[in-house]
Amino acid sequence: MPTLSDLTLGARLPARSHTATNVSLFLYNAAVWNAHRIHYDESYTTTVEHHPGIVIDGPLQGDWLTQVVLEWLGDDGELLEFEYSNRRASYLGDRLSAGGTIAAIDHAAREVTLDLALTADDGAVVTPGRARVRLRK
Amino acid sequence: MSELVTPAMRAWIGRSEPAIRFEVTRRDIVKYALATDQRLRKYVDGDEAPPMFLFGADRALSPLAALGPDGLRNDPLMPELPLKRVMAGGVKQRYFRALRPGDVVMIQRRLTDIYAKHGSSGPLIFIVYEIRVTDVDGDLVMLETQTRINR
Repeated sequence: MPTLSDLTLGARLPARSHTATNVSLFLYNAAVWNAHRIHYDESYTTTVEHHPGIVIDGPLQGDWLTQVVLEWLGDDGELLEFEYSNRRASYLGDRLSAGGTIAAIDHAAREVTLDLALTADDGAVVTPGRARVRLRK
Repeated sequence: MSELVTPAMRAWIGRSEPAIRFEVTRRDIVKYALATDQRLRKYVDGDEAPPMFLFGADRALSPLAALGPDGLRNDPLMPELPLKRVMAGGVKQRYFRALRPGDVVMIQRRLTDIYAKHGSSGPLIFIVYEIRVTDVDGDLVMLETQTRINR
């Protein structure tokens, strides 16, 4: 678990890959009560909204980025701020890798800024993000 | 691009909805944690809500008859727009404390901006909301800026 004195700029946080399934998307959209058909109705999604396939929810991708931070942080700090931007749509079957790097360290405030990215297999960043955390020591 | 967003649409900026009362339950936290494939015990066991647990809770629950052909309700905090297909845009959140089972929060959404841009796949309209989450004492729990895109 991280301590301020051990951190170096540019160091990578452990990455994790996610591949959404019909079942996981159904459960996510049920949990957040989202009935948008682009997340479960393939015929509607391709013919009416003209996506190539079922769309992976943008905020689910954001959540996957928070998990990179929270699993790295453990009980050794707290998440203060988090942001992400859905730059490119991702579709059912896409494997997305969530990762992050240490972008800034403020020793006086015990705060660390993390650059985050959800990356597709072709290397494109589909959802960049950023987080600010405060470490206990 | 400016014709996509008219002064009448921008006149909606500043409108807000009545605050929604939201009761946090362990079962709802566990559902969210499992659906998002969380691995930390405090989330999977429902002892604490993951940071994005409240996503979507800023919108009132609608009867089935009020849902449109896309499955979404007609958002009372969005003017009629010339572009109809909805996409998630992004979120910025600032946290003041974690949520746990039994917590009750008030969630209020305000429309703060509407603007157009030309994306790689055509014109886009960005709709921006600010969401303020407070506890029953009025203390801040979370502040969020949420962007929705119509294409």
